[in-house]
This record gives sequence, C-alpha cells and structure tokens, in this order.
Amino acid sequence: MSVLVDRNTTVLVQGITGRNGSFHAQKMIAYGTNVVAGVTPGRGGSRVCGVPVFNTVKEAVHNTGATASVILVPPPFAADAIMEAADAAMKLCVAITDGIPAQDMIRVKRYMRRYRAEDSMRLLGPNCAGIISPGKAMLGIMPAEIYTAGGVGLIGRSGTLSYEATAQMQTLGVGLSSSVGIGGDQIIGSSFVDILKLFNEDKDTRLVLMVSEIGGLQESQAAEFIRHGFDKPVVAYVAGASAPKGRTMGHAGAIISAFGESADEKVELLREAGVTVVCDPSEIGATVAAVMNS
Amino acid sequence: MDIHEYQSKELLSRFGIPIPRGGLAYSPEQAAYRAREIGGERWVVKAQVHSGGRGKAGGVALCHTENEVYETADKLFGARLVTEQTGGTGKVVYRVYIEGAVSIAKELYLGLVLDRTAERIMVVASQSGGMEINEISRTRPDSIIRSVIEPAVGMPVFQAREIAFQLGVPLALINETVEVISGCYQAFEQLDATMVEINPLVVTEEGSLFALDAKMTFDDNALFRRPDVAELRDKSQEDPRETRAADRGLSYVGLDGTIGCIVNGGGLAMATMDMIKLSGGSAANFLDIGGGASPERMAKAFRLVVSDQNVAAVLINVFAGINRCDWVAEGLVQAIRRDPVGVPIVVRLAGAYVDEGRRIISQSGLPIIHASTLAEAATRVVKAAQSANVANDVSRLIKP
Repeated sequence: MSVLVDRNTTVLVQGITGRNGSFHAQKMIAYGTNVVAGVTPGRGGSRVCGVPVFNTVKEAVHNTGATASVILVPPPFAADAIMEAADAAMKLCVAITDGIPAQDMIRVKRYMRRYRAEDSMRLLGPNCAGIISPGKAMLGIMPAEIYTAGGVGLIGRSGTLSYEATAQMQTLGVGLSSSVGIGGDQIIGSSFVDILKLFNEDKDTRLVLMVSEIGGLQESQAAEFIRHGFDKPVVAYVAGASAPKGRTMGHAGAIISAFGESADEKVELLREAGVTVVCDPSEIGATVAAVMNS
Repeated sequence: MDIHEYQSKELLSRFGIPIPRGGLAYSPEQAAYRAREIGGERWVVKAQVHSGGRGKAGGVALCHTENEVYETADKLFGARLVTEQTGGTGKVVYRVYIEGAVSIAKELYLGLVLDRTAERIMVVASQSGGMEINEISRTRPDSIIRSVIEPAVGMPVFQAREIAFQLGVPLALINETVEVISGCYQAFEQLDATMVEINPLVVTEEGSLFALDAKMTFDDNALFRRPDVAELRDKSQEDPRETRAADRGLSYVGLDGTIGCIVNGGGLAMATMDMIKLSGGSAANFLDIGGGASPERMAKAFRLVVSDQNVAAVLINVFAGINRCDWVAEGLVQAIRRDPVGVPIVVRLAGAYVDEGRRIISQSGLPIIHASTLAEAATRVVKAAQSANVANDVSRLIKP
C-alpha cells in the first residue's frame, strides 16, 4: 500500500510541452507512472512523450479519465493551472512550480473551498518535489534511484533535504511506502497534519519521518495531532537550528510569529508529543532504522 | 523587497492615505529649499534607510529653522546609521526626507500582514502606536486588534469601521480612518505587498489624521507584474554580496563564519549549516543555486562565494533531482581553471548524473577534496578551514 498514488493512478501533466514539462514527463513515464495526457492551451491535438495533448484540463479528463495532475507551468500561470485542475474535479494536484506570488495562492486556496469536502482536490505544494510511491508511481522531479519500497512514510517541506534523508535510509536498507513533498512556500495545499492522517490509515506505513524546518506553526499543529490520536512512531528533523533569525522579516510580521516557530521550540513541542527528534542531519537514516527495529 | 519611507508614503497617498507635506533631498541645500517650499515653522528631517528604529539611532530630528534643517541634513548625508535592525555595519544615508511637523494628540498603530496560518491578509492595529509592534505585543497584548480579510470579497466597509471604532478615534474622524484602513488594504492587494505598516497613524491637535511613518515590503515573486514597484528598489541599501547574487538570479545569504557554502534548496542549505556547526565550524555565507543550474550559473555562484574575504574554505553540497551533478562539476572546474583560488574546496555530490560529476572532478586534476556523505563533507571542510586559517596566521607571522 501507499498513500495518494499507486500504479493505477492516471496522470496528466499541465505544461507538458515546456522544457521542464516534457523532460520530467519523460522521467515519470520511464519510472512506470501511468501518464495518460498533457495539457497546454493552444497545443491541443499534438502528442508529446507519446501521450495526447489537450487545450483544457476538462477535455483531457473527458478523453483519458485522468485523476491526478502534475503542475509544471511557469510561476505567472501556475495558480490559474491549479484552479483549472480543481474545477475539472481532479482528485490530486501536485504543484512543482517554485515562485508563485503569495496572493495568487490566497486566491487558489479560497477558490478550492467552493467544492464540498468530499469532492475537494488534494493539493500538494507548490514549490515541492512531488510525491513518489516507490516501485509504483512518481509524480514529481525527484531522483528515482534513491527510492526503495518499504515501511517509512516521509513528509517533507524541503525536496533536496528529503532526498538526503532518503539516501541515508537506503544505505541502511530502509525503504519508503510513500514520500510526500508538501512544499516550502508560506501558503501550501496540504500540511503535515493532512498527510499524517493519510499515513495513519495506510497499512504498509510503520513509521513516519517528518523533514521539517524553521518558520510557521505547522509543526506545533502536527505535535498536537500526534499527541491525540496518531498510532505510529514518528521521527523528525527540524532544519535551521543554526540559521540567523529572519532578517527580512517585517515588523508587523513579528506579531504573528508566535511560540513554536523557531527550531528549538519546534523540537521541544515535537519531543513533548513523543516524537523522536534527530539533531544531527547526518543521523536521520540511522535514527529511523533504530526506531524501526526497536 | 523593501522600499524607503518616502516611497511608501507616495504609493499610499495614491490610495487616499493622508500624509504630511514633504519633499525628498539629495543635498543639504536641497533640504533647506524643501523646508522653505513646505512652509510652516517646524520640520522633521528623516534619514531614508531601509530600517526601522531610525529615531533611536539619531536618524530623525525636529528642526525649527531652515538653517537647522541644512545643518541636520549635512550631518546625515553619508553617515552610516546603525539601528537595532541593520546589524553592526549599519546603512549609509544617501537620501533625506523633509516633512512639515504636526502636533500629535494621539498615536495609533496600523499594520497589514500576510497571515500564513489563516492563508489570508490580516489587519493588526492598536491604540498604542509609536512603539515597535513587538514592544506593543509584549507590554500591551490586550490592546492588539486582529481582523482577517476574506479574499473573495475584499474588505467590506463595516470591517474597517469596526477597527476604526476599536482604535478609539474621535467620531469626526471615523470615516477618514475607515478610508485609511480600506486604502491600505487596496494598496496591499493591488501592489502585491507582503506588509504595510503605518506607525504611528496620528490624530493631530487640530483634529486631522496623518500617516507619520510608513513602511511597505513586497513579494519578490510578484515583481514581474509590478514594474512600477520593482523600479523603487534601492541597491545602496542592500548587502552588496546579496545584490550581486540577486542580479545573477541566485539566492545568497551573508553570515559571519569562515566556510563558504554552495547548496541546492533551502532545506538542505539549512541542514548543511547545522552540520557545519555540529562539526565545530561556522558558515561565512550560503548560496542556493536553485533548480536546473547550468555550468555557467554554477561558475558564477562559485566566484561569488569565494569573493567573500572571510571565506577560508568552500563546501559544495548538491543533491541533484532537477539539477545535474555533471553540470555542477563542469561549472566548478571552469571557474577554478579561469580563476585559481587559494582556499581548499570540498565537494559532495549526490543524485542525478553523480558518476559523471565525480568523473569530471577527478579527471580535472584540480586539488578538490571529495566527500561522499553530508557528515564527511562537513568534517572535511571544517578541518580544511581550520588549517587554512592556521596557514594564513603563520604566513602573517613569517612576513616582517
């Protein structure tokens, strides 16, 4: 088992005719992902990477039955692409694009609330590496060779740091059920809590690794959630213990930087919730392996 | 992106925010001329630097004669203003703003921020204006008014009116306060700001309302569609290393240690800094090459990192997904061949095209130290930086 994606997930790539779009679509297909369509407005009727291209997401869904979308659209147009996916009733949307204006994401999140909860699209990202269920499907831009199937569910705010943790685990023979990138932006589709809920229900996931960092209150919400009703062991690493305090942080921003945003506070909150917190980033893999075997 | 006070005021006045009469000066003569132009008997001379806390640092002065305006401006021009926010090096004053002084009856605080938990714009206001917002939240937390704006409809009048009444302005000024709050929201939304702050917003003894100080910051990701905001950038107020990096499309953070770091991705960059610290060293800077970095981009990044005088050793830690290790290696080799460097270099590559990358480095014959894990990379670079420092000290001792 795995969460959100597997061999049967039918995938379309928005922005497939772009340089990034076609390059990563090709890699996803090579991994065995069931990519069935691409979407680029104005390029409908052509074929890229062996799949048909459509002008609109609805047209692509109608013709191919795709249920998940990967956004590889440049930042000025990415928010619009996400809303188009939501309106075409996609189940899952993975937004890889980095650099989407914050107010565009405010609009996207507001727009997505027009659907009933059970019809609502699950959004991952933006500014994430995507999601992979090793051996089944990859909807993202990660280096596939470091992923082996196993019992760890990974949730990461940072793509490259998640790769680092994954590679450490692979060396020790520890594999993943799914690795879920939630993205590094201020406003994102899914939080740690959202994905923890999914991993709690997944039979193959025996342990969850949180790859986290300073800033925001997501970790304190996750700690609260883990304390009340998460059944599996959790290991976490919080990057940025040595980072300087936000110099670019505006004045009025100080008012919302509540307790729980610094690395030390996050570590404290997570430990109190029973999470095994790793302080040395080179020991993430070894710690996961030790907790798995205990 | 940050802008100056006078620029924020100019932008906000277009949205109906009342500001005192004022003018910008680039010289003491111009400052005195501006005072005459403005008229009145008292003027405030304000250093324009990208920082709060200017008053405490001596960057704001009340003057009673044109001559005093001249003298004050003369002292400010070229001075390095060190505030609580600038760090020890401070910021140089190249522009001075002259404003007609007003008599203050009441000081209020009005701010708008992006609230990441609510995923919306939030108004933060208080009757205790004039001091920093973190000071207000420490000393008078109960005075803080918070109000989140629904993005689909924007800000309804009643919401601004509620805030105006909570701020306790005189009845005659309620409508004007509503216009100020709504105007700030319009400016925030239409200009892609990440913060708007009026502190203080004052009620004068004559019963008028003025934004006495104003600060705006903007979303870098939205500058492409706000060219009139983008052109307000003042590079003289930025760390020159960060400016050079930004001009080359790279993200750079200058720090105080001795190890230069080139990494891809913010999370891995922070983890690398943590690892260096755990190994007993400290980072001089870190540069994020981002995704899809070409060899040319990598070469630029490397030159930028080694141009920092404090760098005693360089660590390159790239875990390639959307990047390619061979391009990173090629860029590095290119940069060193063109411009040999005197500091040790440690390279740790992983991910896409890693074998090709390692081959390029080993075949180059350059004295690059290889590391295969994060821990190994950090240990080696800290050791290299320490011995480089010792070597420097010894050579200084030997020289007369």
